Amino acid sequence: MAKVPVQFTLNGSEKAEFIESGTTLLHALRDKIGDTSPKGGCHQGTCGACSVIIDGELKLCCLTLAETCNGADIRTTAGLAQGGVLHPLQRAFLDAFATQCGFCTPGMIMAAKVLLDRTPNPSREDVVEALSGNICRCTGYEPIIQAVLLAARANSQNAA
Amino acid sequence: MELRKDYFADVRKDGLNEIGQPRPRLDSPGHVTGQTAYFADRNFPGLLHLKMVRSPHHHARIRSIDTSEAEKHPGVVRVLTAKDVPHNVYTILILIQIGPEDETVLADGKVRWKGEAVVAVLAETERAAQEAAARVKVDYEVLPAVFDMDEALKPGAPIVNEYHGRNYYLYDSGECRKVRFGDVETGFGEADHILEQSYQSSPIEHAPTETTGCVVAPEGNDRFTCYTNTQAMFFTLDNTSIILQMPGSKLHFVGGTVGGGFGGKVDVIVEPIAILAAKLTGRPVSFIYSREEEMQISSPRAAEKVVIKDGVMKDGRIVARKVTGYTDAGAYSRHSPYGAQKGAAHYPGPYTIPNVWIDTYCVYTNRTPSSAMRGFGVTIGDFALEVQMDKLARLIGMDPLEFRFINAYRDGDMKAHRQPTEGAALIECMQEAARAANWPVAEKYMTMSSYRKGA
Amino acid sequence: MSLALQTFSTVKDANAALQVSGTLYLGGGTLVIRAANEGDVSVSNLIRVTEPSLSAISVSNGKARLGASVTMAAIARQPELAPLAPAARAVGGPAIRNMATVGGNLFAPAPYGDFAVALLALDASVATEDGETPMEAFLAGRDAGRAIVTAVEFSLPRAESFRFLKVSRVKPKGISVLSIAALLQRTADGTVTSARIALGCMADRPMRAKAAEKALLGHKLTAEEIAPALSAASDGIAPITDPIASAWYRGQVLPVHLGRLLLS
Repeated sequence: MAKVPVQFTLNGSEKAEFIESGTTLLHALRDKIGDTSPKGGCHQGTCGACSVIIDGELKLCCLTLAETCNGADIRTTAGLAQGGVLHPLQRAFLDAFATQCGFCTPGMIMAAKVLLDRTPNPSREDVVEALSGNICRCTGYEPIIQAVLLAARANSQNAA
Repeated sequence: MELRKDYFADVRKDGLNEIGQPRPRLDSPGHVTGQTAYFADRNFPGLLHLKMVRSPHHHARIRSIDTSEAEKHPGVVRVLTAKDVPHNVYTILILIQIGPEDETVLADGKVRWKGEAVVAVLAETERAAQEAAARVKVDYEVLPAVFDMDEALKPGAPIVNEYHGRNYYLYDSGECRKVRFGDVETGFGEADHILEQSYQSSPIEHAPTETTGCVVAPEGNDRFTCYTNTQAMFFTLDNTSIILQMPGSKLHFVGGTVGGGFGGKVDVIVEPIAILAAKLTGRPVSFIYSREEEMQISSPRAAEKVVIKDGVMKDGRIVARKVTGYTDAGAYSRHSPYGAQKGAAHYPGPYTIPNVWIDTYCVYTNRTPSSAMRGFGVTIGDFALEVQMDKLARLIGMDPLEFRFINAYRDGDMKAHRQPTEGAALIECMQEAARAANWPVAEKYMTMSSYRKGA
Repeated sequence: MSLALQTFSTVKDANAALQVSGTLYLGGGTLVIRAANEGDVSVSNLIRVTEPSLSAISVSNGKARLGASVTMAAIARQPELAPLAPAARAVGGPAIRNMATVGGNLFAPAPYGDFAVALLALDASVATEDGETPMEAFLAGRDAGRAIVTAVEFSLPRAESFRFLKVSRVKPKGISVLSIAALLQRTADGTVTSARIALGCMADRPMRAKAAEKALLGHKLTAEEIAPALSAASDGIAPITDPIASAWYRGQVLPVHLGRLLLS
């Protein structure tokens, strides 16, 4: 099998691997690099559990081939906390009881982060739209929506 | 939300100090940082991938299986068929003496539902396993299939499962689970109105975000660690022990972290074959359902049919209730004989009725085997019962909530199963619901009590 | 055979490679990688092209040209393409829209391909190295086509003349029960002078509701006057059956939703 080199930045640190051509970024991250925070829920682009941020855009790494990410800046939920301090979204997901089984949580947090990075004070509709590609089977979504709104409020208070 | 501590204060010992207090979830920090370890987050060098060849037919005899091309396919390490499984015919509830063993780990001579596992392929990569699975040749003789419980119970219907020899589960009580209390026929004779209605439901898939699966690693010394998302750890360990004819001490199960279950991960499906594969190859093995497999292959909630016949008086009392419940087990038992039995234990609902007759059947069809899901055996029954209650109230021109107050069970009432009612609290729940919903209810019902009868 | 990706800098070179059997063009990956993940072993070679023109959007003289690699998200945020934004936003969630391309949507089997429904109503033309093909003819022959789509081109509709509706069971969005796009020209008093209506999920690919189009001509968009068009909407449809809805259901609700779109 033909191996191809892949080099990108993951949560701020340089990664370089030889992978088999045709390997998805999901497999590369989880099985080669060891970041298991993106989850494989459907491998179809339906559940959003593998959502990551590539060059500032939300993408599904189960449908992205790793070799198309050369030179990219990739962010995952595993890299969100800084120096052991949780990101406001992570804190809000804890405080608002937005996790149950936790399987959708890393993807939800990535989708929410892209939203808040661009829209610091989102409406409820903005949040619902931003999370519309992420499936949660436990919570019924409301605690997750509230968590994102809570994180937005916490951000704006910190900024004020 | 308001917490009312005055209810049953005299019969309670605790202070309800925890209820209503927010307490952080212990598992949340792992979830929000992506550090919680689900079974598939374990990776081992040399991991093999297992893909299943599945039946494309609902009911067929297997004339022959040819795995020669698959075995030669690049990357393939091993191909497993029924003869490789030490104790191939099993049933989950045999652990609590509910037999007979009626299901094959890998099909042997016959398939009984579309999607049944026939051949397991183990390869170095998922892709190689998928390609090799496509090269397995199975010669089928298609047999007539039955998809409907009424059809399955008719004389002359195709027999779904020879281990039962009939299309229903034979309980120690006979063809169904039975409850007999008072005399329903006398009750119907005395009733002002009779209402008989039939209710049906379709199978429901749990669709957990994390699909069913496990990763198995040989530990050496013929002992195996199985990382699994089962919701039934020890059930799975014990059944695996039976299927593989291995002492339980050789099986080390690691689990408890489940990416959504809802009852859909209580069957014993992926672990025995994955552990067998690890044993026969000496390598770690991963067997994870694809999303399509999760939706098509994993057990759904059973389809049910519930026929309710009630005798009711003009004053609102239900004097007789006859319930016949049918649970569609699909091709194999799994948890459905228990589900049908739970129905028998649940009817006639939370109401005090002097004459009750209950029959619940567990029926076999050539559909995907059904199993547990949140309140299985009860949830669909409650749907049927409560729709029936609304229809009865309408029939006699009574408010549906007042109608339920009249029939609600209260402490001290004898239930149809000959258990006296204790700690019912149904009256109080309905009173609070009426207040919360501003639903007008006559004062006499708002002063009723579950544990002071007639108050 | 394992899956392998080849990257080309020109469409010409990639077109030559595409002639090898078992080869597919990789757009955003939402169809092709999905199939591979689910065990479709018929494809072993994937090819892609990095030519910048494929990602270009150009709007001039009332014409829009979208490179085949333009994503749904790029369309939705382009102010000049505002009339098409609802159709682009109807595709998937935010992550899918960052990946799914115009070119890919042309090949998406029902119930997917909502954006292609809009393009059919707009009478877009589809460009390959062999030339330009009208959308309707392109869709009819898409299974046999072996040339990489490079762009789609269409006259930009005025916002008030173009309507789009996608119906899903999941809110705020899910997979299509059906989708409808309508391009309607009307006189000052509201009389319809031309109509192009395209339907999604009413066949395995987008199709036109030609009988309904004809029935609208000369009429105003009132409940009474659109009634014949609604009756004619089902003419020639063969809706798909899938886990979202049965063919029967889709056929039953089509006139209802077409009515809502026309009266909106």
